[in-house]
Amino acid sequence: MRGIISWGAYLPYRRLDRSQISAFIGQGGGRGTRTVASFDEDTTTMGVEAARLAMRGINPSTQPGPDTLIFGTALPAYADRSNATAIHAALRLAAGVAAFDMGSSVGSATAALRMGLTSGGSQLVVLSDMRTGLAGSADEAAGGDGASAFVLGDGDAVVAEYLGSASFTEEFLDRWRAPGEIRSKVWDDKFSEVTYVKAGRSAYASALAATGLEAGQVDLVAVAAPTARIGSALAGKLGAVKVVDDLTATVGATGAAQPGLVLANALEQAEPGQVIALVVCADGAEVIFLRATDALASFSPARSIETQLASGAPLAYGRFLSWRGMINVEPPRRPEPARPSGTAAFRSGDWKFGFVGSRDTTDGMVFMPPSRVSFDGTRTDEMEAAPMADVVGTIATFTVDRLAYSPSPPIVFAVVDFDGGGRLPIELTDTDADEVAIGGRVEMTFRRLFTADGIHNYFWKGKLIRG
Amino acid sequence: MASHGIRDRVAIVGMGCTPFIENWSKGLDDLMIDAANDAYASAGVTKDDIDAYWFGTAQSAMSGIPLARALQLQNKPVTRVENYCATGSEALRQAAYAVASGAYDLVMVVGAEKVKDTGYQGLNAFPIANDGTARTLTAAAMFSMIVPAYGHKFGVDDDTMRSVLTHIAAKNHYNGARNSRAQFRKEISAEQIEKAPKMAGTLGVFDCAGVADGSAAAIVCRAEDAHKYTDKPIYVKALSFVAGNGSGLIDPAYDYTTFPEIAACAVDAYAQAGVTNAREQVAMAEVHDCFTPTELVLMEDLQFSERGTAWQDVLDGLFDLGGELPVNPDGGLKSFGHPVGASGLRMMFEAFLQLRGEAPEERTISSLAAGRKLALTHNLGGYPGEMVSFISLLGAELD
Repeated sequence: MRGIISWGAYLPYRRLDRSQISAFIGQGGGRGTRTVASFDEDTTTMGVEAARLAMRGINPSTQPGPDTLIFGTALPAYADRSNATAIHAALRLAAGVAAFDMGSSVGSATAALRMGLTSGGSQLVVLSDMRTGLAGSADEAAGGDGASAFVLGDGDAVVAEYLGSASFTEEFLDRWRAPGEIRSKVWDDKFSEVTYVKAGRSAYASALAATGLEAGQVDLVAVAAPTARIGSALAGKLGAVKVVDDLTATVGATGAAQPGLVLANALEQAEPGQVIALVVCADGAEVIFLRATDALASFSPARSIETQLASGAPLAYGRFLSWRGMINVEPPRRPEPARPSGTAAFRSGDWKFGFVGSRDTTDGMVFMPPSRVSFDGTRTDEMEAAPMADVVGTIATFTVDRLAYSPSPPIVFAVVDFDGGGRLPIELTDTDADEVAIGGRVEMTFRRLFTADGIHNYFWKGKLIRG
Repeated sequence: MASHGIRDRVAIVGMGCTPFIENWSKGLDDLMIDAANDAYASAGVTKDDIDAYWFGTAQSAMSGIPLARALQLQNKPVTRVENYCATGSEALRQAAYAVASGAYDLVMVVGAEKVKDTGYQGLNAFPIANDGTARTLTAAAMFSMIVPAYGHKFGVDDDTMRSVLTHIAAKNHYNGARNSRAQFRKEISAEQIEKAPKMAGTLGVFDCAGVADGSAAAIVCRAEDAHKYTDKPIYVKALSFVAGNGSGLIDPAYDYTTFPEIAACAVDAYAQAGVTNAREQVAMAEVHDCFTPTELVLMEDLQFSERGTAWQDVLDGLFDLGGELPVNPDGGLKSFGHPVGASGLRMMFEAFLQLRGEAPEERTISSLAAGRKLALTHNLGGYPGEMVSFISLLGAELD
């Protein structure tokens, strides 16, 4: 039996109320909210967060880890070099685990899911996207940011068995963007809708035929489409028992992340034995059928979409525009950071990407960053690795820096003492100045601190544990 | 570990100090020339009389050449010294040891910093290639973390903490208003201090030292030669230095209410000078008041106050200009700003004036007349958890 063994969904903390858009800029907007990646997030960092959640769902003592990591996004942080390797490093996967990017279109990125399900071995498929657009545009309002990740493989741990799939490929111009541009342009909305509904129904019929299922035997259908209108027009014509919320009202259309997010949403509510259909509209259509197994009953996602939907915080539209680079905000009058050294980062990769300190094998003292020499200076190289990314901590003291350089000042900063040992003074993110207090509980999150000379400086920050 | 000190073996026989201001009309060379010429005149010596030079600057220049070129020194040894914000003090420490060793008879220390040519606010360290994981907070933010930690540990409520910090700022500005070399020469009211824009944490503009350009210089010789140059030499009683190992940044036992490097440095300095009760014996202290909570904690680390009680001593006026143990009678970093390489020598300049009875009447301290004999200077660099500490003790009499 092959299928999904575990999954993780990641929604960024900030939410933009779409009604703010027209109030501010005089056009665009709409009802509901969309998720917004923080100024220190990109598709790679959100992919790391989703993948961390997915990896928590596998039991390393009974299941082998993935042999391949595939990262799909329509908005890669780097071109010419892989982005999957940063995720690989943050997850501390072994060097023998391959890491590849797929993209840079929604359709190509999300094909990672089908390719993983139809191949052998164990894959970690990470799908992440940030949807961009000009101020007041439909894409800006309707889009969303997020990531999803799936561990695929064989055996009794499979929670959703792969039943079959089908494609309908079609070359047509519904949207386009030259590499590097911040916006996509779109053709006629009605043309897109008609074409996608036809493609989706064709692929769906093919998938039913391939699996021998009747339309009424599909319990849950989840549709990921460029717009909510296309998704709902198609979903209503497929004849499934229930259409799963496509999250467009609360999260937005999240591009390459969306198929994973709607599938995760379906899995969160599926009962063992139920058939789930995933329909992806992107340059044609892809349909995947899965059946929830008995193992699903005992599986609970590390952090559900429902929980994350309930715990977001509002973001002012002006701040959203500055985070997206659509308006320039006066920075503090301090030097911008210098680019990180590629060679220094390479040497400290386990620390920088994996957040691994060192632990003294004699006295247990934890060093962040790792040290070769013991706290009392008497012993050298008697340390073991101390992975700290999944360790939580407590705020010992804190401050708010209104003067230091930040892409989004002020900096909220705390001295964090980790449970079981270890201390690090570190920046907090997704945390407002008035929320921080001595005794507050903090977890770690992988972020992009800044970009200098085109180099994305990835490292970890703390964030308050919520909910 | 041995720290023998050089008590009474070395004397400062001349000093100079420029005004510390945002000096748009003078460059590093001008500042160094002015301070050096003042010091030569103070000791009654010429350039040729000086055997060797120590040049402290954090990041305004590299090597000994900029000083040699500015002063047109002829084949003299010039050592450039850097040790964070304690650079000026460290330069004097090295020069004093060279004299004590017998290598040279008469040496000069010049500390200088040209900060205001960067166009940025505050002090900014030049970047050293790194892996991008080091924190990038301002010094104000790092020191501001003392405030909630101290209040939390010692049960001092937020309003009282604010009053304590305000008292420190107002005191130093009061003193600075009486100093012609200070950058800020106005008294600042409690209301002004507390209504100022916040920079980091609860620290406002007036909780932070300013930024200024400046230079100061000292001429040092062996104690037995001191009276060749002046009737009023100032003797070095102790020079202590500790470079922290950053333990506070990694050790959860560190609670941000003390600077262990400074506490250790004080123990060493007092041992060198034979001080057994700092609160009773020290006549005045020039301390590194980069931020108001720094000065608060220093009062405890320097053993002027018991742990958890300095806030009360501050409010009681113990450290005021007219108090028993005046702290920063010249106005401190608060009034002077902080040209990094010069600040440690500026502190010694005030000790030099007060111990020689040459401070202007309006800021002459009374503790010396009351029988206390020692002046302390304290200079730190770095941040809570990871800092360097320098302490000197100086006196006008040989023991």
